[in-house]
Amino acid sequence: MTSAQVIQLLQSAVCFGTVIMFGAIGEILTEKSGNLNLGVPGIMYLGGIAGLAASFFYEFNNPAPNKVVCLLLSFIAAFLASALGGLLYSFLTITLRANQNVTGLTLTIFGGGVANFFGGSLNTMAGGVGQISVAATSSIYRANINNVTDLGVVGKLFLSYGFMVYLAIVVAIVMAWFLNRTRTGLNLRAVGENPATADAAGINVTRYKYLATCIGAGISGMGGLYYTMDYIKGTWANDGTIESLGWLAVALVIFATWRSVNAIWGSYLFGLLFWVYLIIPGLGRKDIELFKMLPYLVTIMVLIAISLRKKRENQPPASLGLPYFREER
Amino acid sequence: MSTVNHTQEPLLRIAKRDGISRPSAYAIRIVAVVLSLVVSGIFIFAVTKLNPVEVYKAIFDGAFGTSRRSWVTIRDTMMLLCIGVGLAPAFKMKFWNIGAEGQVLIGGVITAGFMRAFGGSVSTPVLLVIMAVASLLAGCVWGVIPAAFKAKWGTNETLFTLMMNYVAIQITSYCVALWENPIGSNTVGVINQQTKAGWFPAVFGQAYGLNVILVLALTVGMFIYLKYSKQGYEISVVGDSQNTARYAGISVKKVTVRTMAISGAICGLAGFIAVAGASHTISTSTAGGRGFTAIIVAWLAQFNTFVMILISLLLVFLQKGAIQIASQFNLNDYASNIITGIILFFILGSEFFINYRVILRGKKEGEVK
Repeated sequence: MTSAQVIQLLQSAVCFGTVIMFGAIGEILTEKSGNLNLGVPGIMYLGGIAGLAASFFYEFNNPAPNKVVCLLLSFIAAFLASALGGLLYSFLTITLRANQNVTGLTLTIFGGGVANFFGGSLNTMAGGVGQISVAATSSIYRANINNVTDLGVVGKLFLSYGFMVYLAIVVAIVMAWFLNRTRTGLNLRAVGENPATADAAGINVTRYKYLATCIGAGISGMGGLYYTMDYIKGTWANDGTIESLGWLAVALVIFATWRSVNAIWGSYLFGLLFWVYLIIPGLGRKDIELFKMLPYLVTIMVLIAISLRKKRENQPPASLGLPYFREER
Repeated sequence: MSTVNHTQEPLLRIAKRDGISRPSAYAIRIVAVVLSLVVSGIFIFAVTKLNPVEVYKAIFDGAFGTSRRSWVTIRDTMMLLCIGVGLAPAFKMKFWNIGAEGQVLIGGVITAGFMRAFGGSVSTPVLLVIMAVASLLAGCVWGVIPAAFKAKWGTNETLFTLMMNYVAIQITSYCVALWENPIGSNTVGVINQQTKAGWFPAVFGQAYGLNVILVLALTVGMFIYLKYSKQGYEISVVGDSQNTARYAGISVKKVTVRTMAISGAICGLAGFIAVAGASHTISTSTAGGRGFTAIIVAWLAQFNTFVMILISLLLVFLQKGAIQIASQFNLNDYASNIITGIILFFILGSEFFINYRVILRGKKEGEVK
């Protein structure tokens, strides 16, 4: 085990963690409104493919793409597509009162279908080796300061990432501030804990649920965007990785006990657990598969631990997963 | 103006229906399915520029065009139905078993393991029984673990069973790497291809005859179990109200663990059917997302296993059709997931119109049927 290996491990952990951190922060916002959205993998798929498709068509039709346009187009497309996924979920569960779990799972199937279908088609359209590539856009997402400055190990560990890695941390901190320090955040938590009481206090439960779910979905979708643009460098592969990362994001919400600041270190820890086999010498390919189980096992442990300790501040929002019908009180 | 608007009744009001006759409930559902087919048709038209009628011809051709295709459609319907039947008791108890995918896989892995190990030494009928029992037990264990924690400490079962899926997927990946054949292919290959030891025998000359018999027997059995047995009644009481169940002297913990043991075991058996009765190999895609689709099947059928047959058939029919269209037009298979999603969204949305009615402004209660 050399120091280069350790640095590589830590870098991989941070990149891996960023994908699921976005997913988890969005889902924390959604769950705080009492909606358990199991559509996170589907939403991350939607965000990933929308960002990729937008920049692909722009780069495809412009031989000299403007980098700012690339960035804005992919970013906005990804956010809108994921928020639309959230809107679909909200309409079905809040307005049409469909079951949340079933709707979320359907959204996962649908989002995965849309993304892999169009991702595969884009690969065909791109021609050549059958692999889409958005080099210009991806290079902006991957630009980092470590290439211009030279700070050695410190630079490699803290400055060698694209801007979305830092954005994720900022969003996590802003989210914690919003949920704990603002009136709107307090109202939102009230909706998630006890919608009937919130309703009686004059809070518009439906509006809060809709907004939290759609914006939460938009943030989750950023995880998909980061994955396609930075993690796999502006390409597409129909290999179902986003789906498994999406479920890990759902797991991370529990691991972080619904606190977005915990999601920061939690996501890096998940990344570390996932990639730890890199530094263990002498592992066969089959042993690696067993190591990849670690993040899920740890989540199960945490799940059991929080149900055992029953600390009030670690519990999920009280009305999580339950529908709210004003007339059925 | 604004003050007038405030006092005015909203344009649409919603009221809960007291009850709806069975024909009108089904009429609403059929309208939803037809609408979803129209939307899917528009989607396929937009992608392929094919006449929508031709599209549905192609779908039908893909699902039932040849006798082989029909049997594959039936085989996959039975797979989905089997998992749905397994999930029915858990969901009726309002236990969110999202872990069918993992329960199917772990049953499949055990089956494949026994098939490889004893394929040469034990006769096929005995081997089939051993594999069936092993897969039942494996699925049972996978279901009971989260159930026991739920019963004892109230651990959230939705997330626990979800995580168990990935534990099962990684175990499957491990076994695939362990049993790799030929080496370097990263697949297990068809097990016992020459001897066919441990494969389902043909029944009535049909390779998938036994799949149909097994799954239909389970479907009827589960219907009777849920509707007419004492345990089935206990499940529905626990599902409706745990407090009522406790008051009536039903042990909620016992029912939870017992029901999940049954649910997991049937899902494990589905893994056995998938491996011994269909693919004769094992991979992480042996369950292929059916564990999740089956949840929706079970939910939409409201735990009536006979209705599940229809829903499973509809979904598999459209999936097969979409795959056919995809290969004809050089698209990829994921079109079928989009269509599945569209149909499920519509059916989920239609439940609202079965349970509630929308009243226009100005109409009095009772004027609208």
